[in-house]
Amino acid sequence: MQLHCKVNGEPREADGVWEGESLLYVLRERLGLPGSKNACEQGECGSCSVYLDGTLVCACLVAAGQAEGARIETVEGLADGDILHPVQQAYVAAGAVQCGFCTPGLIMATHDLLRRISAPTDVAIREALAGNLCRCTGYEKILDAVRMAAANARVGE
Amino acid sequence: MDFLQPRSWSDALAAKTNRPDAQPLAGGTDVLVDLNFDRHRPAALLDLGRIGELAGWSRDDDALRLGAGLTYTIAAAELVDDLPGLAMAARTVGSPQIRNRGTIGGNLGSASPAGDAHPPLLAAGAEVELASAAGSRRVPIREFFLGPKRNALAPDELIAAVLVPRATGPQQFAKVGTRNAMVIAVCSFALALHPDHQRVGTGIGSAGPVPLVADDAECFCEGALAESDLWSTRAAIEESTRRRFGELVAAAARPIDDVRGSAAYRSHALSVLAARALGWAWADYRRS
Ligand SMILES: Cc1cc2nc3c(=O)[nH]c(=O)nc-3n(C[C@H](O)[C@H](O)[C@H](O)COP(=O)(O)OP(=O)(O)OC[C@H]3O[C@@H](n4cnc5c(N)ncnc54)[C@H](O)[C@@H]3O)c2cc1C
Ligand code: FES
Ligand code: FES
Repeated sequence: MQLHCKVNGEPREADGVWEGESLLYVLRERLGLPGSKNACEQGECGSCSVYLDGTLVCACLVAAGQAEGARIETVEGLADGDILHPVQQAYVAAGAVQCGFCTPGLIMATHDLLRRISAPTDVAIREALAGNLCRCTGYEKILDAVRMAAANARVGE
Repeated sequence: MDFLQPRSWSDALAAKTNRPDAQPLAGGTDVLVDLNFDRHRPAALLDLGRIGELAGWSRDDDALRLGAGLTYTIAAAELVDDLPGLAMAARTVGSPQIRNRGTIGGNLGSASPAGDAHPPLLAAGAEVELASAAGSRRVPIREFFLGPKRNALAPDELIAAVLVPRATGPQQFAKVGTRNAMVIAVCSFALALHPDHQRVGTGIGSAGPVPLVADDAECFCEGALAESDLWSTRAAIEESTRRRFGELVAAAARPIDDVRGSAAYRSHALSVLAARALGWAWADYRRS
């Protein structure tokens, strides 16, 4: 099939797509957007998290055919040119990035959390990030980053 | 592989009649795992994601109609009052990403003995509405599960909805797993009190070839509540009654040893979960 969708605000097309391949494969291998990571292909790690029509999903579990005509936002769409999104800045500032493989998914999950709950409790943070695995940091710095991003956003309001 | 993407429910039913070999695709949280790992490649996929009729839920007096496409996120947020057992179960499913996509219809379609929607729907006395181009039928949920990952769907049928009475009393759901999120249940238990009929409903997950109902435990509990007139006095339930209830729930299970837990552990855990769930639900009832 020829797939049409709007990715990070831009209309995109991909030819020769098999409808049963994952949206993650389309993004990474056909549209040149390798920000979303592929670590498990079974919904367990969250490193492929993107917005599909505004909803946080694992791109590895969306069939390409289901994404036809959809609006997709990936981690590549968050920064404003060279200026990182405040959630990204908080991850850097808090030292929440080691190898960085989990980071794009965690950034997306954090972004989703903070647009739903502007001042999340630690329990809410843990629940929101429960589907994102990190093998390096031990999560403490990630929790710091989320708290920092939430606090900064409140200051910015 | 063909990809069928009907826009309406009648087109979907027609497509399933023409292509009984087509695999329905809802949130894809089970189907895509199989596709990604090349475990199973159906001749065709039938995407139900664009059919508005399947999404969400509705209420007509005391009857709830949950569309097959109802996601866990919506169930957890919107059914807290009308079907609290299912709302609680939905909150325990996977992660936000999984709950945003995964559906009740997909859970029933997969018919895993560990599916978290099943125990609360059993306890609440749900019926599954199955439809084909020729018409629709209602199957009591206990008759819907035929074996591990096998259900009563005919090749030309789709799951339309789950029909379930609105809760008239407290409901509970409890699940044992290795962590609080992202786990397939080692075992799970759901309880629904129906004060209007003086009935008690149960559902057991992940402790048998299919999700189960604990009939003897229900009868025992109904008898104990009636005997001491507890539905009207709202007095406390004896500790021994709760313990016996737990034992009878465990006795109704048919667990096996597997990677997630041993049969003996599952039985023990179920007896504890059931006794606790009864305690919590009864405390809610006394306060109500
Ligand atoms: C990381 C991860 C964590 C998970 N955690 C849990 C958990 O905690 N608890 C739990 O119960 N499950 C869990 N699951 C499994 C899965 O999310 C659920 O079974 C979910 O309900 C499936 O719904 P879906 O809409 O994604 O189904 P799909 O994958 O789209 O379909 C599942 C099956 O149902 C069939 N089907 C779907 N809709 C219909 C219909 N309307 N009519 C007929 N057949 C239909 C499909 O053909 C397929 O066989 C998890 C999955 C993943 C990947
Ligand atoms: S790659 Fe999608 S959740 Fe792991
Ligand atoms: S920083 Fe390496 S996996 Fe999280």
